[in-house]
Amino acid sequence: MDYAIIVALEMIRAVAWLVLLAAGLAIIFGMMRVINFAHGEFLMLGGYTVVVSTGAGVNEWVAILLLAPLVVGIFGVVVERLVIRQLYGRMLDSLLATWGLSMLMIGGVTLIFGNTVQGVATPFGGVRIGSYQMPVYNFVLIFFAAAILLAVWAVLKFTRAGLIARATMQNPNMAETLGIRTGWVYMATFGIGSAVTGLAGGLLAPVTGVVPAMGASLVGQSFITVITGGAAVITGTLSSATILGSISQATTFWAGPVYGDAALLVVALILLRILPQGITGRIFKRAL
Amino acid sequence: MERSLTRDPGFWIMVVIGLVLLIMGPILIDMFTIMQITQYVVLSVFALSLAYIWGFGGILSFGQAAFFGLGAYAFAVSSISLGDTTLPLVLSFVIPAAFGVALGYFMFYGKLSDVYLGVVTMVVTLIFWKLANHTAGPEYSIAGVRLGGFNGIPSIPTINIPGQPDAWLDPAQLFRFFMGVLIVVYIALRILIASDFGRISIGIRENETRAALLGYDIRRHKVIVFAIGSGIAGLSGAMWATYQSFIDPNAFSMEMSAKALIWVMAGGVGTLLGPILGVIGLQWLTLQMGMVEFLNSLVVLGAIMMVLVLALPKGLVPTFKSLGIAGWTLWRRGRGVSGGVKKVTSDD
Repeated sequence: MDYAIIVALEMIRAVAWLVLLAAGLAIIFGMMRVINFAHGEFLMLGGYTVVVSTGAGVNEWVAILLLAPLVVGIFGVVVERLVIRQLYGRMLDSLLATWGLSMLMIGGVTLIFGNTVQGVATPFGGVRIGSYQMPVYNFVLIFFAAAILLAVWAVLKFTRAGLIARATMQNPNMAETLGIRTGWVYMATFGIGSAVTGLAGGLLAPVTGVVPAMGASLVGQSFITVITGGAAVITGTLSSATILGSISQATTFWAGPVYGDAALLVVALILLRILPQGITGRIFKRAL
Repeated sequence: MERSLTRDPGFWIMVVIGLVLLIMGPILIDMFTIMQITQYVVLSVFALSLAYIWGFGGILSFGQAAFFGLGAYAFAVSSISLGDTTLPLVLSFVIPAAFGVALGYFMFYGKLSDVYLGVVTMVVTLIFWKLANHTAGPEYSIAGVRLGGFNGIPSIPTINIPGQPDAWLDPAQLFRFFMGVLIVVYIALRILIASDFGRISIGIRENETRAALLGYDIRRHKVIVFAIGSGIAGLSGAMWATYQSFIDPNAFSMEMSAKALIWVMAGGVGTLLGPILGVIGLQWLTLQMGMVEFLNSLVVLGAIMMVLVLALPKGLVPTFKSLGIAGWTLWRRGRGVSGGVKKVTSDD
């Protein structure tokens, strides 16, 4: 019984983990159909923001919840202005340019902070479930994954900004004709997506530790989740994170974490063979 | 062979330059430089693999390193366990090509869009890199050869004369052999591109819907093109492994895929000569940059990649070619000779 609870909680944690890794990328992809290849390095930047600011004496929660999203969000806006903006409509070029950015960031951060793992203390201790122990921080991750999805949903559904965003998503030309500055919408979207990525990076920092090359071990999961989910931000991310997270966690239990990743890829390839536009390309088409 | 190919002076000039280098290189140039050039030759074969599938099949693979690494590991394992290197060289082409068919089936028969294709190929490379790094323990061995995890596989044999496992090639012979491989790959690709098959794949690159409406099976064509590129990448991986006599999981790294992309972008998509020049230029540049202390290779590569995409999207060779043709036309106009702007072809 205890073991079953632990397994179930681990499954939910794996799903939450994928949601956190993918949410920021999914927001950008859903709106602009641009995949940010430097996503892993945006996560890394969020992590370093937390490491540096807690090192300077800032409260850890302030660093994670406020500074990390702020810094990465602003950085995202700058990147959008300087790079992504030049390449709208040239999808592959934007992939290549952001890949260049990713290497530039890894190299740059290595030059500044050195190639060593820097850690942040994991807040809270563990909680006992029967004869097993589980870190409380897992529940924090699950809470924030749910909170991010809820917040994005609420903004898209109930606010004027969300209405404008949905209009731009559905038909950018029409939206522009009706007087919406789609350029600004894209900039804001990229900024918000980056901020969410920064928040995720900050939240993951206590778990993964922070290294310049940490992005490489995380982006695979982010990319797979987003492209398997398809263009709808919330339904897509949630459905693909649920499918992929539970399968990879089951494989991890059975064979180890590296095979969990490999299983993720195999499942995603099979899903994409059947649903090339991702899950929300055919099912839940009208969903958010 | 196509008439257009035999009549193309660029093709013959390239082959002759290659043959002259092959024969005269080790005689005229000192050994250290020859070994440096050998490295360029190996990487040129790798660059050609991407130049072909991207420039002449319209397939932008972000994971060419997956096949490079697969070929390198296939060669390392089979040559150490067999003792002879002839069959391993064949395997280093066949195994990645077979994997290319399998992956290509999922991607092209699923009709993935370009962006998805890029992401999938990249993720495949990442997973290979993770898996290869993970194989440290003694339980990870194939045919008695330990994969060694992040330590890699040491003491990979040099190429030997077929059937004589002890007759290893010396560095000059190795250079000649690799140069020969490069020339053969170049000629084979040129013939393939000039053939009906190559014309169809260029047609698919230009307009998939039109090619499909003309009755060509674009999915099958793309899988074949992708598999050929994968095989060549694998072969270059094997050459890399035997040149270094050592291979580690960095063969699967993102940096390796990125380098291939940069060579092709710098040289120009849709040419075979350009990427080779890209290899020489970029490797030379990295060597020079390596002496500057406050820079590391990733910063340099990343910066070059961004500049190429943002400022020189067509690459150097096509840019200079169109500039040269424009200049030539201007000069002729200035002399009062009539002549329209010649259309830029990019088939060399």
